[in-house]
Amino acid sequence: MEPVDRTAPAGETPEGAPEAVSTLTLRVNGTARTLTVDNRTTLLDALRDHLDLTGSKKGCDHGQCGACTVLLDGRRVNSCLLLAVVCAGASVTTVEGLSDGDRLHPVQEAFVARDALQCGYCTPGQICSAVALLHEAADGQPSYVTPPERSPDGPVSLTPEEIRERMSGNICRCGAYPNIVDAIEEAAR
Amino acid sequence: MKPFAYVRPERTEEAIDRFAAQPGARFLAGGTNLVDLMKLGVAGPPLLIDINGLPLDAVEETAAGGLHIGATARNSDVAAHPLVRVRYPALSQALLAGASPQLRNAATTGGNLLQRTRCPYFQDASKPCNKRAPGSGCPAREGVHRDLAVLGHSAHCVATHPSDMAVALAALDAEVRLRGPAGERTVPVAEFHRLPGDRPDRDTVIEDGELITGVTLPAPPSGARGAYRKARDRASYAFALASVAAVLTVEDGRIGHAALAFGGLAHKPWRAHAAEEVLRGAPATAETYRRAADAELAAAEPLRDNGFKVPLARNLAVSVLHDLASRTDTTG
Ligand SMILES: Cc1cc2nc3c(=O)[nH]c(=O)nc-3n(C[C@H](O)[C@H](O)[C@H](O)COP(=O)(O)OP(=O)(O)OC[C@H]3O[C@@H](n4cnc5c(N)ncnc54)[C@H](O)[C@@H]3O)c2cc1C
Ligand code: SF4
Ligand code: FES
Ligand code: FES
Repeated sequence: MEPVDRTAPAGETPEGAPEAVSTLTLRVNGTARTLTVDNRTTLLDALRDHLDLTGSKKGCDHGQCGACTVLLDGRRVNSCLLLAVVCAGASVTTVEGLSDGDRLHPVQEAFVARDALQCGYCTPGQICSAVALLHEAADGQPSYVTPPERSPDGPVSLTPEEIRERMSGNICRCGAYPNIVDAIEEAAR
Repeated sequence: MKPFAYVRPERTEEAIDRFAAQPGARFLAGGTNLVDLMKLGVAGPPLLIDINGLPLDAVEETAAGGLHIGATARNSDVAAHPLVRVRYPALSQALLAGASPQLRNAATTGGNLLQRTRCPYFQDASKPCNKRAPGSGCPAREGVHRDLAVLGHSAHCVATHPSDMAVALAALDAEVRLRGPAGERTVPVAEFHRLPGDRPDRDTVIEDGELITGVTLPAPPSGARGAYRKARDRASYAFALASVAAVLTVEDGRIGHAALAFGGLAHKPWRAHAAEEVLRGAPATAETYRRAADAELAAAEPLRDNGFKVPLARNLAVSVLHDLASRTDTTG
């Protein structure tokens, strides 16, 4: 699509100020993608509507459910509250980018093995979130339930209580929580 | 959402100049509150000035033995920072009690302080609300207000400030650093947020066009312990119904330094001066903690549906103080 097609109607851009559209490059699942978007476009909409990556889901569109979770430069974020322009130059990993060819990511394997889903709508977000969780715990990052006396060094061991707290930003309408916790425990081993 | 222009300056002065040149502009940090409010039609800035490119994300020790936390340092990074965990555990715990890991990875120190209330009428652009549309009324006072204020509210607004982080910062005597067209200034966190009075549209004392550059904490009192505890409707990922941040020293069974702040009860983090007065120099006993909490909460004026917050806050304060004191007595 030509950039000019997406320019905001005349008069809506404040005078003398930059335009209401932006062209940016994102590295998505390892490939550089350049796109021109209305500044209002969230990363989630850019992925789904501009790049045809519909794995990331729109649940609430307000940061409340985690269905849109992706990894931005390796960190989990809610792509529905991030403007795409803000992500210019960043690397994004979506659920489509986790597997190594036909080999599923260990977290994906564990979700399948433990039947950690029912309808599957929340699953891409749950999986991206869990992938980041494993890194965060290995890196020693605390959660609200990590004993504060614990020394700041060394990995945090992932008890079910830790997993539940660390996954609290991912809501599952089907209530598949027990198996999600099992799957993450398995992937953490 | 209204269309808007977007710029990403690399220098702080440029960000401030850009703001001054465009009435209605907004700084954009993590976007987790501002983008949400733009989607809801509650905010509609013509220009977003992305401050994520500014050199404001450092967390570093100050010459005075305190800590400076940059405005764009992420909530998750601050919570996990070794100096924060060891010297300011109340701050680390408050950050970890807020939002979700995904949100904390985006949310910043400055944005967290300036997040708006979660009052349902404020977030619904089709409803009257004195905070959003001054003079239109406050439907929460007689309407849905279970989550709203019991202290310091006015006839014009009964909203609460939702930040957990700010409550810990208030108890830690932190200061907000501001920079605007007129220069720099510093405001204690406990005086940064306002009570609603007849200007509920103003959450804080920040002037339009001022940028938060960071927050500075003094060195913790020697031997002090701190903690943050939060009561909410579900185990995690919910705003506080009531919360408590406390910092305490105890020597020979008597309380020395005492700092206490409540969250979820007012339009601002509520530094509990009356309670601190009771605590200082008093024996570290449950009786003292109860007297302290009661001294502070005597001023509470609950609304029809939120009276439960008063005993909830009282019990939280008593239990946090008890736990801290039993861990800090230097004779023990
Ligand atoms: C579902 C959900 C649950 C949440 N739960 C909690 C919770 O339990 N506890 C809690 O404390 N918070 C909670 N939050 C709120 C979250 O902590 C805030 O949205 C976040 O801290 C805001 O930071 P930000 O950097 O994203 O701010 P932005 O959204 O980028 O900005 C917020 C405001 O601050 C202004 N601003 C930002 N930085 C600066 C600066 N440096 N100088 C001047 N102005 C600035 C912006 O212009 C805007 O007006 C929750 C949010 C969501 C969506
Ligand atoms: S409590 Fe404040 S924010 Fe809520 S409706 Fe009333 S004026 Fe608006
Ligand atoms: S769609 Fe982003 S959190 Fe729900
Ligand atoms: S499996 Fe249906 S929402 Fe989680």
